[in-house]
Amino acid sequence: MARVHFSAGLRELTGGQAEVDVEGSTVRRIVAELDEMFPGIGERLSEASSVAIDGEIFTDAELEPVEENAEVHFLDIFQGG
Amino acid sequence: MAITEENPGYKWVGTRPIRPDGLEKVTGKARFGADLALPGMLHGKVVRSPHAHAEIVSIDTSAAEAMPGVKAVITGADFPDLAANGAHAGDIDVATNTIARDKVLYEGHVVAAVAAITREQAEAAAKAVEITYEVLPHVLTVDEAMADGAPLLHDGMITKGVDPAPEDPSNIASKILHERGDLDQGFGEADSVVEREFTTKPVHQGYIEPHAAVADANSDGRANLWCSSQGHFQMRAYTATVLGVSPGNIKVTAAEIGGGFGGKTVIYLEPLAVRLSQRAGRPVKLVMDRDEVFRATGPTSGTRIKVKMGATKDGKMTAAEVWMAYEAGAYAGSPVGAAGMTAIACYDIPNFVVEGYDVVCNKPRVAAYRAPGAPMAAFAVESVVDELARNLEIDPIDIRLANAAVEGTQASYGPKFPRIGFVETLEAIKDHPNYSEELGPNQGRGVSAGFWFNAGMMSSATVHINENGTATVVTGSPDIGGSRQSMALMAAEELGIPYESIKPVVADTETVGFNDVTGGSRVTLATGAAVVDACRLVVEDLRSRAAKTWDVELDQVEWVEGQAQHIDGAQPPLSLGDLAKKSGRTGGPISANASLNSRGVGAGFSTQLCDVEVDPETGVTRVIRYLTAQDAGRAISPDYVEGQMQGGVVQGIGWALNEEYIHDTDGVMENPSFLDYRIPVASDLPMIDCSIVEVPNPAHPYGVRGVGEVGIVPPMAAVGNAINDAVDVRMTELPMSPIKVLEAITDQSD
Repeated sequence: MARVHFSAGLRELTGGQAEVDVEGSTVRRIVAELDEMFPGIGERLSEASSVAIDGEIFTDAELEPVEENAEVHFLDIFQGG
Repeated sequence: MAITEENPGYKWVGTRPIRPDGLEKVTGKARFGADLALPGMLHGKVVRSPHAHAEIVSIDTSAAEAMPGVKAVITGADFPDLAANGAHAGDIDVATNTIARDKVLYEGHVVAAVAAITREQAEAAAKAVEITYEVLPHVLTVDEAMADGAPLLHDGMITKGVDPAPEDPSNIASKILHERGDLDQGFGEADSVVEREFTTKPVHQGYIEPHAAVADANSDGRANLWCSSQGHFQMRAYTATVLGVSPGNIKVTAAEIGGGFGGKTVIYLEPLAVRLSQRAGRPVKLVMDRDEVFRATGPTSGTRIKVKMGATKDGKMTAAEVWMAYEAGAYAGSPVGAAGMTAIACYDIPNFVVEGYDVVCNKPRVAAYRAPGAPMAAFAVESVVDELARNLEIDPIDIRLANAAVEGTQASYGPKFPRIGFVETLEAIKDHPNYSEELGPNQGRGVSAGFWFNAGMMSSATVHINENGTATVVTGSPDIGGSRQSMALMAAEELGIPYESIKPVVADTETVGFNDVTGGSRVTLATGAAVVDACRLVVEDLRSRAAKTWDVELDQVEWVEGQAQHIDGAQPPLSLGDLAKKSGRTGGPISANASLNSRGVGAGFSTQLCDVEVDPETGVTRVIRYLTAQDAGRAISPDYVEGQMQGGVVQGIGWALNEEYIHDTDGVMENPSFLDYRIPVASDLPMIDCSIVEVPNPAHPYGVRGVGEVGIVPPMAAVGNAINDAVDVRMTELPMSPIKVLEAITDQSD
């Protein structure tokens, strides 16, 4: 299981939970699992987030593999200049 | 250069050869956006709103259409209504920022455009377009926009990120929040607590080349577009969206670019040029005046930021509380998200709350500007860190070292840092002679630090081997900061041939695979990785051809310094030229493509040291010495790395001391020229000394991190901290212009 951490801004959608363990071998599966647990969070995560998996930041990470015991953070979207 | 980890002894990587674009640029042969001329080409002119906020009651184009030489006049009605088509909100904003429909949201907002045989005819016709407005009350700052009862820019804007969602619309597009630990406990443990409020003004990227586009539409619905941009694939996508056509119908060629710094990652003129060309049946060129660049293209946000930080007497930071509001301009999308993630990312602080608001107002829509959002937050935070150090009588580098993020630190925005080089940049400053240089009267010294993520994203590259053994390296990343040289150096290293034997080319959208924008400090990392991958495919192919030629197994062939060698020396070596000349006999042309969505982005850190002299009678601040230390990971092209470091610092000094958007009470910009909006010139500045720190990014084949952005994060606080050291006044407003510094000195002595 991967451990997913939520920023304070996302915790409004998780009933205040800061982290949760989720089954899923890809980011897409983890997001789907989270949406089951916290209805509505899937759209928010898909629309406006980058993802950090074990410290490495990805954009367009939907199919990115997530290892067992990985640490996953959904980040606010940001743009480079 | 500070080499902090062993350099593996590359032959080309890390050298300083002549830049591949140099000759064309110094001889005037390089073709920028405005240089292109096509047979029968018309000249366009854009009609812009004189009001900061107004309903468009009517537009009458009949007089303009009847004027001599006029071939086309367009308004918002000539474009698809994306809102009615159920498009994504972000796309609707791009479209209505390109040309207004029912309402103008800032002075300079496009309302119509004309094309005529001469530029003079187009300008005359633009003046003849009759527009009736109903002027609305406007808001120009975050304070005005967030006030109760403020006029609304968008009737349906409900603040995102607030639970429960507000029932009423406002000018606050979204809220971001990061928190950890217990703030009260953290401040309770502190021996010194500093609390300050800061304001910054919108500033422009200040690229020397104005926006320009030439479009040539065909009757079959296809169009060719040439433009000055940081990403012609992105220009293609945006333009297609605004026009309601397939991206495949538009071919975009990237012109040479005279500066971008983030501001040329968005569209302004491109869809207008295509539509005018379609209506006129001839090519159309649109070029902005400097006045238009200021009034209508993206500055970065003005901000209000409050910071409270506490530390123990040994310098350990115990708590930080940051509140920030960022102007987005006319549409949602300020860089407050990145500001929230970067504000305290340099430090390992156990207790914090970082809260931010994205606020729309009646100014041009903000656009990316080097490390978007981070510099303003760093001005506030690094000023407070300096004050904490002073209160606690701790050296400004030492307090930063005591709290510095290192590998394994849980970053304030969430994940743990991989290997990073922040500590090494601090040590590089402390070890430099500038740090102990004696200061004179009214002179002061300031330290500041900054963090930026850097980016990866998608890139493609093709490598062709020519029949004489030279190589062409083709990418789709416009070169805004020396990337062609970096690509050529990495290709030379991989192929083992001289740098001069490689021609790096930026190809159009139909000639090379997709590339994301040149932004986010990503090109040397991501496009460079694609080039390396393509070169390695070529080398594999070359080894295979040599094996066939010698009739030996592949594992008996190695590639050494540009030639195939038999591992036992049983065959005379075959050079790249030998293999290229006979490529027809061994399988045909030698070429390889690589495409990737980059992994392994390496974060960037910069620490800077500024010495100033302040004239206490005039408030004029002069920068007398400046040193910047930045972790490049690996400096593929040290000349260009230093150029990026110096450029970021110079822009930051301008932001610190001079630059600001000034509006009158009607919301009209009063200083839209380089005469009144003063960016630093060479004679204003000392040499910017550079210390390149190299803590290689383990995820990149050469250790690249990306260098284009983080250099602009520390300068404002470095200058402000130096002013404080010189004349003992804490500056909390940008720009720290002479009048403000003098006022602060006078207030202090009263």
